[in-house]
Amino acid sequence: MKEAAALAFAVVLLIWTLAPIYNMVMVSLDSKGDVFSNDIWPPHPSLDSFWIVLSEGYWYLQYFWQQFGNSIYIGAATTFLTLLIGSLASFSIGRMRLKYGWLVSNAALLTYAIPASFLAIPFYSIMLKYGLANNLWSVIFAEVTFATPYAIFIFQQYAVSIPIELDDAARIDGASPIQVYLRIYLPLMAPALVAVGTYALLLAWNEYLYQFMLLSSQRSMTVPVALAQFLNSDEAPWNYMMATAIIYAIPPVAIYYAFRRRMTAGLTMGGVKG
Amino acid sequence: MNGRSGVLAVRGPVAPRRLRLPAWRSHLHGSDLIYSILFIVPYATLFVAFVIYPIAYAIWMGSNPALYAELLSDPRYVRAAINTVLFVGLAVNLQMILALLLSGFFMRRRRWIRALLVVYILPWTLPAVPAYLSFHWMFVAYPQGLPNNLLEALFGIEGPFWFDQKWLALGCNIVAHTWKWMPLWTLVLLGGRMSIPQDLYDAADVDGASPYQRFAYITVPLLANLYLISTLVSTIWTFGDYAPVLFVSGGAPAFGSEVVSTLGFHYALDYANPPLGVAAGLSVLPLLIPAVILLMYRLKRTEVQL
Repeated sequence: MKEAAALAFAVVLLIWTLAPIYNMVMVSLDSKGDVFSNDIWPPHPSLDSFWIVLSEGYWYLQYFWQQFGNSIYIGAATTFLTLLIGSLASFSIGRMRLKYGWLVSNAALLTYAIPASFLAIPFYSIMLKYGLANNLWSVIFAEVTFATPYAIFIFQQYAVSIPIELDDAARIDGASPIQVYLRIYLPLMAPALVAVGTYALLLAWNEYLYQFMLLSSQRSMTVPVALAQFLNSDEAPWNYMMATAIIYAIPPVAIYYAFRRRMTAGLTMGGVKG
Repeated sequence: MNGRSGVLAVRGPVAPRRLRLPAWRSHLHGSDLIYSILFIVPYATLFVAFVIYPIAYAIWMGSNPALYAELLSDPRYVRAAINTVLFVGLAVNLQMILALLLSGFFMRRRRWIRALLVVYILPWTLPAVPAYLSFHWMFVAYPQGLPNNLLEALFGIEGPFWFDQKWLALGCNIVAHTWKWMPLWTLVLLGGRMSIPQDLYDAADVDGASPYQRFAYITVPLLANLYLISTLVSTIWTFGDYAPVLFVSGGAPAFGSEVVSTLGFHYALDYANPPLGVAAGLSVLPLLIPAVILLMYRLKRTEVQL
């Protein structure tokens, strides 16, 4: 009886979780892109819209691969810089015990005091001043800025489990701080690096506002910006739009599931570690 | 045992970490000091150039008191301010309470529950724009979207046009936001629950505790701090979250479901008045800053992390 109730609940949960995803797939498979239908499944499902997206066969999708490449470039650079800047900073604060370092990690949290979306307008003006308007790097700097405080926070927490005696031993053997960072700190931090790297990538992939404000030309924009453009046009074929959305959603989902165990460990580390 | 000191208190005192002597400080001078400063320079530069400067710039842009008078005299702003409070208050509490209950459900040691968890996380991994666009199509297609077709098939009622009334539109945005973020908080609270030692529950069983008592006297006190921290983080994020409103309801009907963050863009981009947009953003800070201070204070006292 209890088992049956749990199963029934599981079915409800499954429907709740999958309904919007099912809707995406359904619209993308519809050959006419007609969402105004009473059907629960398209009568003539076809993969045409996916082919059209992949072959850039519609004028809205003219630069699809270029835009997809931009998204990958932003995601990769954000991940790399977040890991580099975050790990260097937390190494300095946590392992080298820089005086007043705790101030830096507290100040980093201030980044979250004003939501990113409220800073977008001044950020745009500043990027104009820096000469980075319509440049992918302006977006990368924005994403790194918002991902690093979390990175420093997680690194600091995780590093507590690595005995500082290791650093001391290496120092006594004559290792320089750079060697300690490269040979001891980074290898032992691998699980935290994977968790934070995945987080940074998902953040960059999720973000829309800064990409929309800072990238204006067709060739420099990213996939979510192009998707939102579809939304604003009256005659956009919805099946192409949903096919684009599905293709764009595949990489983060795949990466998350590839690193799932590490990622979950990162999320719940506080509870698990002794 | 004192629940206020957080999840990890059950593992003994947290104090040793704070008391441990700084290892390098005794000889942190000369080249070491230079290295440690060099290592912090990239972040410090990033922080000054892309956090301090924009915040100062925003405050400067929004420093004219006349802007706030203009905001208050605009009925769209008043509507958006009320919507923001409702959206944040309802969405955050709804998803946190459900996540608390669901994390209990996922504690069951069954194979199929593990498998279900893997699927359940999916919304959180999906990028926001595609996910919310799917919600948009589901609700906007009148009278034949997926929810309306289901209502018709299951109960034989004709569904409403969801974006015709501001309450329904606001509700759609809350549902979409909950769908996207509830899995993350479930995972976080699941981690918290897993760190509660099984012995406590075993001891409670010996004493003949009911499931409700186990929940109320073991789970709740030990999870309270993590729950509070998660709620604060979720509140801070949701205040700035423009995406559900921008993509699900699009602010329909006629600015009826707009929140402050999206109205700010409309001021800045559609009405070419960036200072007013910035002022709209700054106007919610009195609600946000206490949450941030409370969060910092809480994080300092505990080792719990997200």
